[in-house]
Amino acid sequence: MKPAPFAYERPRDIASALAVMTGTEGVVKIMAGGQSLGPMLNLRLVAPDTIVDITGLAELKHVEVTGDELVIGACVTHADIEDGRIPDVTRGAMQRVASAIAYRAVRNRGTVGGSLSHADPSADWVSTFAALGATLSLRSAKGARLVAMKDFMLGALESVLQSGEMLEAVRVPVMSRSARWGYVKSCRKTGEFAHAIGAVLIDPEAGSARIVIGAVEAAPIIVENTNEMFGGRITGDFKTRFDARVADALLSKAGMSDAADRHIHVTVLRRAVAEAAA
Amino acid sequence: MRNERDLSSVAPASKQGVGARVPRKEDDRLMRGRGQFVGDIRLAGLQDVAFVRSPLAHARIRAIHIPERYRDVVFTSADLVGIKPIRAITGLAGFKPSDQPILATDKIRQVGELVAMCVAPTRAEAEDIAASVTLDLEELPAVYDMLKAREPGSPLVHEPWGDNIFLESFFELDISSALDAPIKVTREISTARQCMSPLEGRGVIATFDHRLDQLTLYTGSQMPHIVRNGLSDCLEMDQGQIRIVSPDVGGGFGHKGILLPEEVCLSWLTMKRGFPVRWIEDRREHLVASSNCREHHYKITVYADRDGTLRGIDCEATVDSGAYSSYPFSACLEAAQVVSILPGPYQMPAYRCRTYSVATNKCPILPYRGVARTGVCFALELMLDLVAAEAGLEPGDVRLRNLVRPEQMPFDNITKKHFDSGDYPEALRRAVAQIDIDGIRARQRKGEEDGRLIGVGLSIYCEQAAHGTSVYSGWGIPMVPGHEQATARLTPDGGLELKVGVHSHGQGLETTLSQVAFEMLGVDVGKIRVVHGDTAMTPYSTGTWGSRCMVMAGGAVATACHELGERAKKIGAKLLQVDEANVVLVDGEIRGPNGSVTLKEIAHTWYRRPQDLPGDVDPGGLEATSGYKPQRDSGTFSYAAHAVTVAIDPDLGDVEILDYVIVEDGGVLVNPMIVDGQIYGGLAQGIGTALYEEMPFDRAGQPLNTTLADYLLPGPTEVPMPWLDHMETPSPYTKFGVKGIGEGGAIAPPAAIGNAVNDALRRLGVEMLQSPITPRRVLEGILAARDAKRTAA
Repeated sequence: MKPAPFAYERPRDIASALAVMTGTEGVVKIMAGGQSLGPMLNLRLVAPDTIVDITGLAELKHVEVTGDELVIGACVTHADIEDGRIPDVTRGAMQRVASAIAYRAVRNRGTVGGSLSHADPSADWVSTFAALGATLSLRSAKGARLVAMKDFMLGALESVLQSGEMLEAVRVPVMSRSARWGYVKSCRKTGEFAHAIGAVLIDPEAGSARIVIGAVEAAPIIVENTNEMFGGRITGDFKTRFDARVADALLSKAGMSDAADRHIHVTVLRRAVAEAAA
Repeated sequence: MRNERDLSSVAPASKQGVGARVPRKEDDRLMRGRGQFVGDIRLAGLQDVAFVRSPLAHARIRAIHIPERYRDVVFTSADLVGIKPIRAITGLAGFKPSDQPILATDKIRQVGELVAMCVAPTRAEAEDIAASVTLDLEELPAVYDMLKAREPGSPLVHEPWGDNIFLESFFELDISSALDAPIKVTREISTARQCMSPLEGRGVIATFDHRLDQLTLYTGSQMPHIVRNGLSDCLEMDQGQIRIVSPDVGGGFGHKGILLPEEVCLSWLTMKRGFPVRWIEDRREHLVASSNCREHHYKITVYADRDGTLRGIDCEATVDSGAYSSYPFSACLEAAQVVSILPGPYQMPAYRCRTYSVATNKCPILPYRGVARTGVCFALELMLDLVAAEAGLEPGDVRLRNLVRPEQMPFDNITKKHFDSGDYPEALRRAVAQIDIDGIRARQRKGEEDGRLIGVGLSIYCEQAAHGTSVYSGWGIPMVPGHEQATARLTPDGGLELKVGVHSHGQGLETTLSQVAFEMLGVDVGKIRVVHGDTAMTPYSTGTWGSRCMVMAGGAVATACHELGERAKKIGAKLLQVDEANVVLVDGEIRGPNGSVTLKEIAHTWYRRPQDLPGDVDPGGLEATSGYKPQRDSGTFSYAAHAVTVAIDPDLGDVEILDYVIVEDGGVLVNPMIVDGQIYGGLAQGIGTALYEEMPFDRAGQPLNTTLADYLLPGPTEVPMPWLDHMETPSPYTKFGVKGIGEGGAIAPPAAIGNAVNDALRRLGVEMLQSPITPRRVLEGILAARDAKRTAA
């Protein structure tokens, strides 16, 4: 379990990182913590010609609150969030999610940007940021573009990131005072990959919700007609109005043919809704 | 470096003998990261080996293409001229032997089988070379299911056999007398194929010393002397030309009791190329190509009276033995053991059992902690709970009705196993009381606030350990234990060296054998060194397996120390100028009527001032090698009752262990703290078997859980702290009354947990009869029962 030979670059700023990415022959892979890429290299599931390690880029560790958004640099680690080293605009929601990602050793090195770019369906951030309504800033030599998290992931290990483009920052909106957050995942054991995720941000005052069903072996399912899931409208009694049949039908429509799979996902979603109501 | 804690001072000198909780001597180096494992050894000029392994389960090799530039660093079976395959036969009638090639010859019989060996200055480079070798294979239909493999027309793993059966075993006594029993329960029960997962995988370094004309193999092994036997056979070398060193070993569990083709390969390679070579198994090789275990299937019927009295058991059991008979335990140990141990700790008048050891295109099955007992206990104990349910009785009461009673001990059971001593019912009663079954029943009637389902489960087993010549000569496998030997030597400064052929790799033998020596001679445990793991420095032994070391090596150390003590007494008496009959050995000194002389003084005299010795002193001196066997070699029988409470989430199928109780009797305990540790570790592995560990294969014979992301092992959050209680019924046959206890912790948990899960699910009409009991299986069972109920309504 040793990687195939590769060249290793550790640039000091984004411009030189982008230059390496566009100016290098062969397959280039970004490493932003290596907690997924490392094992994949060792198993020779990927064999890039060049690895660009971006953890030396100070710009990508930058965090700031601007206006009603928290901007998190791509190389902020899960542990940075877990330990409260960055500002909190989600009333503890991100901190709780971060603290349950894999194991502490993974959280020490694994980064927000690395996890999103890897686009593993069972990862926590792809579902969490979709439910939080985050936007991603993607940078290439041509400049930056913003993509909503819900549009970022195309499928398992597949995103809209283009060749020569890297994830620069995540922009998380400040959570409104009336919003209620619920996040539940089901894992075989502590720290293992989730096989069902429910992430909900419900605002009964605004009558709105973002509902995400994650770990579905594809991009997370972002529920479009959220009202339908609560009997037509979202109000303070949303927990009792939650309609599991709607969720089940939605999963069937999304191609989840196995009844036990659907039962697990619906259960996890119902519990996320209940957590939001608690 | 004397700033470190001196372990000898932890327990007062009077409390270092048998029964003392002496901290483990070996932990000082192991806990500080100073252990020396194969992977820590560096030799000048060392090169690394990576193997080209078969990607297919069953195939004919048409060609192996090696790039021209790597011709002299890649080796195939064509290069291994004169090297013999590994062959582990048994003397059991009808056994069909297999030849396990060192490197595949014409045919491949499992994924991960060795095809070519690549050597390079580093492992990464060796893997690059391995990746450049291409195989031209003709894929054959894979034998992936042991039950299908038994059917006529199945593809054949070994064509000359005509079928896929290594061995069929059979026992019958009076089964017809049971057939009219009012209760008859029949089920199919199975345990998944698992992968033993010690922290350290296998590892081998081979080097040749021309001065000694000797091959030295550093290998993480439980049984170095047996490796030497096997290697000598395969390489056709004199045993004197082979030295096996097994340094610190990070867990064995049976995985390291096997002669590896890799060990033969590297031995050949170092002699061929003249430099030392190394292969360190990685976790993927480990999961794919090695250390598989546990895959059993039972079709079992239990006959009983309405009061729960067992009338008889009828069983057909199948064990997936994999592609080859591994050395030295053979492909048949498991299945043949099933026949003899299925009746468990119970008495019954009738029994029939037929078992099949089946060859498939999977790795050879290896004996894992508990060997066949874990599967047997799962099958039998699940069945007893089903009998209890059928009879409307508490599972504990059904067991109490059938357990062998203390006044019957020693007891020969229906398969002539000789239970030496113990009070099985008392262990069960204590476990039932501690888990509070009445309280749980009340809680079940009330229901849980969180909607989970609570269940309680019991299991009890007895475990044969340290069984010897009379048992193993009957199997006729390449290894039969005889007298176990140990050497005890007083050093000139009064310290003691013990040399044993068994190996310690987690059992704490460096401590417990020292405690035995302390008990015999009174030498401080801190002044005793235990030498093990080196064929050049230790007496021959079959090694560490079968929970045998405390009984066998402990007995041997006691015997050698006794002999040494007698010689010291002779010298002491002369020095004290009294008759030998008037001296005793107490607390490390020889005491006479009017004075005493310490062992240290005696040692000093023998080695440094021989002029002070009388002329007729025993020339054997202060070094004694002696052998030991218990009075009966049919084995000790330790036993334990486990009780567990679980909560099941009916919507996700998750099983949480709420409470775990173990009441065990391992005879006299040399070091109860170490026994506790053995039980905790065994419990963790048992929980793995019960709830997590599974190596599934697809129809092409491909193993599917090939990384630790897929092959789940229980971790600290999955293993509860059990409540432990010890009973200490001495074995009447062994020195100090000790019994073997090493494997027990891993035997009972799947059965107890399975029964608890089934207890929780009974009102839903769901039964879990297959390990591991995964959330998925539980949920599918619940959903299927709901659907059935809906359809019925």
